[in-house]
Amino acid sequence: MSIVFYLLAALTVAGGLAAMLLKNMVHCVLALTVAFAGLALLFLKLDAQFAGFAQILVYIGAVAILVVFAILLTRGSETPKDGVFSRSWLIGLVIAAAVFAVLGWAVLQSARVLPHETAIPVVTVKQIGAALVGRYVLPLEIVAVLLTAAMIGAVIVAMHENVGHEKEGSK
Amino acid sequence: MLGEGILKGMAVTAKNFFGSYFSAERLTTVEYPEQRIAPFEAARVFPFLVFDGADWEAGLRCVACQICEKECPPKCIYIEKSTDKKPDAVGKLQFYPARFDIDISVCMSCQICVEVCPFEAIKMDTEFELSTDDRFGGLLLDRKQLAKSNEYYHQIHSTEAAGVDARLAAEKAKADAKAKGAAAAKTAAIAGEGA
Amino acid sequence: MIETCDQIFVLLQHWLVSFLPASWQPAAGVLLSVAAIVCVFPALFAVAVLLERKGLARIQNRLGPNRVGPFGLFQPIADAIKSLTKEDIVPQSADAAVHFLAPVLLVITVFMGFAVLPMGRNMVLVDLDAGLLLYFAMGASSELAVFMAGWSSRNKYSLLGAMRAVAQMISYEVPLLLSSVAVVMITGSLSLTKIVEAQNHYTWGLPHWYIFTPWGFAGFLMYAIATTAETNRSPFDLPEGESELVAGYHTEYSGFKFALFFLGEYVAMFSISGLGTTLFLGGWSAPFSFLTWVPSWIWFFSKLMLSIFVFIWMRGTLPRLRQDQLMNFAWKFVLPMCLVNLLAAGLWRFMGDGWLRWVVCSAILIAAYAGMGLAEMRKQRLGPRSYRYAE
Repeated sequence: MSIVFYLLAALTVAGGLAAMLLKNMVHCVLALTVAFAGLALLFLKLDAQFAGFAQILVYIGAVAILVVFAILLTRGSETPKDGVFSRSWLIGLVIAAAVFAVLGWAVLQSARVLPHETAIPVVTVKQIGAALVGRYVLPLEIVAVLLTAAMIGAVIVAMHENVGHEKEGSK
Repeated sequence: MLGEGILKGMAVTAKNFFGSYFSAERLTTVEYPEQRIAPFEAARVFPFLVFDGADWEAGLRCVACQICEKECPPKCIYIEKSTDKKPDAVGKLQFYPARFDIDISVCMSCQICVEVCPFEAIKMDTEFELSTDDRFGGLLLDRKQLAKSNEYYHQIHSTEAAGVDARLAAEKAKADAKAKGAAAAKTAAIAGEGA
Repeated sequence: MIETCDQIFVLLQHWLVSFLPASWQPAAGVLLSVAAIVCVFPALFAVAVLLERKGLARIQNRLGPNRVGPFGLFQPIADAIKSLTKEDIVPQSADAAVHFLAPVLLVITVFMGFAVLPMGRNMVLVDLDAGLLLYFAMGASSELAVFMAGWSSRNKYSLLGAMRAVAQMISYEVPLLLSSVAVVMITGSLSLTKIVEAQNHYTWGLPHWYIFTPWGFAGFLMYAIATTAETNRSPFDLPEGESELVAGYHTEYSGFKFALFFLGEYVAMFSISGLGTTLFLGGWSAPFSFLTWVPSWIWFFSKLMLSIFVFIWMRGTLPRLRQDQLMNFAWKFVLPMCLVNLLAAGLWRFMGDGWLRWVVCSAILIAAYAGMGLAEMRKQRLGPRSYRYAE
């Protein structure tokens, strides 16, 4: 539990809190990006190089930009009139507390179940690659099919909109 | 094949790049003010007044007929006629301009004043480095600043000046012949009366 | 003697660090290397800016800047003074925090990429096992900075330029990664030092650089196209084209922030060229086996400057691509070529040594290139040029 860990944890939590509390949507997304960066640095601290860099590449480089584009294209960048907090905040708090309890119990249980794992296992990219095309090849292919389906769906939705617009314009 | 045009284009630019160190065709820059392009025959900037001989006041060809002042489209010429007369190139007594101002911030270099002048007195100059920090007085040229010699005119527009000189010489010859003819007729008339 | 010249910077670092107590030495060594990178590449940036202006000028039949210093050599100093003393104008309705952070984020992510580039023998800042992945992670993060710049200016043209720039950068990231994946496949490692070492062997005096293989040559071409688009250079510079969108996403930036964007763009060019030389041109290895006495870092930087020269040459030659032409090119030509290249690289690996694999791989790649090229060009239907003059 070194000081670096505490700093990174503080950064991640601060990013998450800011993402919830800020009024401007794009600011919220940028704060979420800070939280992603904090997570990536935590992965790197645990010597999980592939996970850390993939987190940066995918989350910060693609997902954050995707969220920002979605916000801009759906006019979500205006500050909501009713304020940021919803009226059913009590139920949200209860659900979040329940999830946190389950995760915390799982983490503490793992420390009890595997007490002799003191060394950090060194997982190289080669091992990850071998596992992906060896043992986990079926999940990999299913995920690929899922992504392709999502892309085709997005293209079809966009095409439908275009066709819809053209029909409206010609009337 | 795809990409062929790009390679051809790259060859052209490479030729330009390496050629610019060797041939003047590939580097057409003239580094003003250290280098200047030689002025050419038909260049024109702003008008000037031509004078013959050494004395600019006596040899000034302009007779203050004010045609150029009337014809100038932006009205940048201001002429004040003199009260006395002086002999012109042919010998006839003419008025001369006591004041001849051209506002070169207004002049549009259309050359109409040159085209309408019957006395070949106003011609186009080629001097363009006329920047001054006096925005009003510095750009109003008066008679003395505008008067430049016929030799200078030959320097800047040699063929045009040669043509003008030939025309003026022909006119002078015609006037001289007419005067000689008139004088001969007069002496003949007096001799005839006497006889 | 040759060894000393080659390792001169490493030896210098060790000597300087030896003055400190042992517990501080690793950190001090790293800090020294970081300081060296932060000094060298902006200096190269100044040189590159001057080279660009003079080079473009000569291509365009004119002299470049030649008043400041002999042959204009001190022009970058004049530019630096100008950008430092210009007034920093921030629009009133702009988002001040994001407006400030955008150039900072850009410069940070761009400089982070240098951490894994091997600039000479034993001259890499961090020898990571997943070095290439760090580089691409940083490249992806720089897109966010571009978007932040465009959005925070509260200017329609900036936002439009930023959206176009981000769309372009994302679409060309796929060919960038795929062309590098072919190299990783053949080398068997994501570590850039291992990739350079795999290319550092010589047969009959010629090196085993990946560009001299069919899949490597095609990969290098796709990589070059993708890097030109990633760094928003001509002919892909629509987002920042001066005649299109004023200045695109950095319209509202002036003074030093604009200089930071400029610096970020050029340093990104350097780092991506450095990655290109590492992946395809053999990094710090010499072109012929009898030239290995020249220090390795000289080879690396010469290849880097050669890439920069080619960038400048391309800028002077090609007209700008329109946004839709750009995107069509990425998704319909470059991406399929990269996939065919992967196939060719796989075949190369499994066909074993010999002349057969050269023939088969070259045939596949040339057929794919010609086929796709014909398909694209047939759609254009370009006839001979005809002129109509006004009567």
